[in-house]
Amino acid sequence: MNWNSWLLWSPVATLALTSVMAGSQGLHLTRMNLPYMLGSIFTPNRERAKLIGFVFHMMNGWIFSLAYVAAFQSWGRATWWAGAAIGLVQSIFVLTVVVDLLPSFHPRMASEQTGPTVTRQLEPPGFLALNYGYQTPISVLVAHLIYGAILGGFYSMR
Amino acid sequence: MPGASFSIAAPQNVRSNPNAIGDYAAIGDCRSAALVGRDGSIDWLCWPRFDSPSLFAALLDPSAGHWRIAPVGPFQTVRRYIENTNVLQTRFDTGSGSLLLTDLMPVASEEEKRRLMLPEREILRLVECERGEVELEWSIEPRPGYGVRSATVRRLGQLGFRAESPEGLLSLRTDLPAELREHGRIEGRARLSAGASAYASLTLAARDPAVLPPLGEWSHTALERTVRWWQGWASAARYEGPCREMVIRSALALKLMVYAPSGAVIAAPTTSLPERIGAPLNWDYRFCWLRDASLTVRALVGLGYVDEAHAFVNWLLHATRLTYPELRVLYDVHGNKPPDERVLHRLAGHQGSVPVRIGNLAADQRQLDVYGEVIDAVIHFVRAGGTLDRETEGVLRAWGEYVCRNWEQPDEGIWEPRTGRAHHTHSRVLCWVALDGLLQLHEKDHIRWAPLAMFEKNRELIRQEIEGRAWNPSLESYVAELDSDRLDATLLLLAWYGFEPARSDRMRATYRRIRQQLGAGDGLLYRYPRNQEPEREGDPVSPGEGAFGICSFWAAEYLALGGGTAEEARQLFEWLCGYANDVGLFAEEIDPGTGAALGNFPQAFTHVGLINAALSIARRLEGEAPIPRQVPHRQEGSEAEKTRV
Repeated sequence: MNWNSWLLWSPVATLALTSVMAGSQGLHLTRMNLPYMLGSIFTPNRERAKLIGFVFHMMNGWIFSLAYVAAFQSWGRATWWAGAAIGLVQSIFVLTVVVDLLPSFHPRMASEQTGPTVTRQLEPPGFLALNYGYQTPISVLVAHLIYGAILGGFYSMR
Repeated sequence: MPGASFSIAAPQNVRSNPNAIGDYAAIGDCRSAALVGRDGSIDWLCWPRFDSPSLFAALLDPSAGHWRIAPVGPFQTVRRYIENTNVLQTRFDTGSGSLLLTDLMPVASEEEKRRLMLPEREILRLVECERGEVELEWSIEPRPGYGVRSATVRRLGQLGFRAESPEGLLSLRTDLPAELREHGRIEGRARLSAGASAYASLTLAARDPAVLPPLGEWSHTALERTVRWWQGWASAARYEGPCREMVIRSALALKLMVYAPSGAVIAAPTTSLPERIGAPLNWDYRFCWLRDASLTVRALVGLGYVDEAHAFVNWLLHATRLTYPELRVLYDVHGNKPPDERVLHRLAGHQGSVPVRIGNLAADQRQLDVYGEVIDAVIHFVRAGGTLDRETEGVLRAWGEYVCRNWEQPDEGIWEPRTGRAHHTHSRVLCWVALDGLLQLHEKDHIRWAPLAMFEKNRELIRQEIEGRAWNPSLESYVAELDSDRLDATLLLLAWYGFEPARSDRMRATYRRIRQQLGAGDGLLYRYPRNQEPEREGDPVSPGEGAFGICSFWAAEYLALGGGTAEEARQLFEWLCGYANDVGLFAEEIDPGTGAALGNFPQAFTHVGLINAALSIARRLEGEAPIPRQVPHRQEGSEAEKTRV
């Protein structure tokens, strides 16, 4: 495994993913804000949550990229389309499993079963995160395809 | 009036719906709601959430699904909610005995939910024979998709019945005798003697495997848990003024319309209940109108319910992100655009009132008053101790800038006519409220930076325009549209929003003119003159709708704010409360001739009007000044942290 290459391209890919998601928010395609969603696990303060969540998100991106790199190593090659293919699988996993589990462990996220007590603050993402806007699945998909493509395209096997 | 009894004809095999709008009562769990008729029939239910397709819609068409439990033969009913709850009890008195039917959507605290395995959605019905012997009959016909589909029902022995629907798996368990008939109808008869009980539970599993709650003791535990939760919530209300019971009932009704998972507040849990029987004034209200929701939050904050305000403001900032800085008139409970409006031709309509519509075209309208309403809701939240973070400050600032750029534009206005835009006085006043509120928030450090010069200049320009062009000297009244001679009940709100003192000559003259031209008799008000109602789609003739519930309460509140004496305000208020149905609920409108409820039901807007009027009257009776509109200084430290959004 090429540790230097991994150390370089993993954060680049994560930044690209984060930028695509933030851009989607700016273009009013989705309300999904991954750093805020992650950071609000630790604090209700919106500004602090975004900062903590950004750090947490970067670390996640780094850790997840290990799985990509492991796949590239086992295949003996890394290409942009192979990375994008893994990104596709990851985005499907995120949209169908992770967002569904989020309300279970997020201390400040409501679930569809919340109520009548109104206590927690973050709205549940719902199936495919559609509660955050109908275009959300597309944004998540594109972000992960780019993440995977960058890793696959730039990661050097040696 | 509460406690009154009514005779209902015995049901026939071919059932027609005997219930008028006011014959219903609502039960719910803050995610969905059902309407129960005086005849023991649940005729409206949308699962899993308020705006889902209906499962029972006999309210709109007798063949569109129902769930009925009632004695065989003639009976009289008396209904009530268990004190300070949304648990309904219907007592059927027959010649041979009496039967008590208790209807609820079980709820639990979040802590209890962590300990217990509970269904995703449930309606629980408990039947108890209190006296003598009563033969009852019951039937259920689930008709998913607004009555379009028949459910395929299967019997599962001791586990009851199950039916797949597009919304999930329906499970019915009961210890009543039950036979499965064609088209998914289940029915049965039973004879209960004094002291005997029976139970029925309908659950929905939308995604996960179904949880099938046991009956009997478990049902009683669920009832006790639900009663405890609602009574705990109601006990937090801070109100000691006139008609306390009605005010608490209104708060409970409003709470039913809060969608707890997101904090959104819907306008009403029904669609297409007519504003006039037989007319096409039928609209879908199962969405979150920012205006209605903001007013609801203001009412709940006034009663001390800050958590709901916190949740709503949080939802507001989240939901409006996709249209930022523009606000839509309405959103669904998760902040998305509601589905396009369409007509369900298959449904016969409530007492023949067609069309039945789902979705709402008003979603595409421009209503500039919304900015003032939501900023006013935020201000009420701040007054209740909330603080705003930088992102929220930015959102508020952007709304203010939008108002500065657009307040001169015509809009559809609060009543949402479908005939075009005009320069509405009410919208102008709310634009003034928006800028005035933002300037106050800035002055008290809640917004740390704002384009003050722009806000102040536009606030002044709006005031000048209203004072110059919305005042009609020959009519001696403010008017609904600039340079017009049309009246509108919204003009009563000028005092409430602090634009003009209630005691001013102009407001007193406006009130007199409104009473004269919009009075519907018996203290009621129309929202605009009947012969000047704007024509609406599909109804080229005068719509002839009823008196508008909230407008009538606005009049009582105007008197309390200084337009009249405290006693005048109290008397009018108490009189208006008498128009509620037997369990204390209001629809959108009231037929001035009969007092019957008209329009969607129960309607948040009317109950908001009741609560706000009550709060103002209580303060006036206690000799206090009207509810202060000043914004307090920004809180510091941990207290602020608790209520930050």
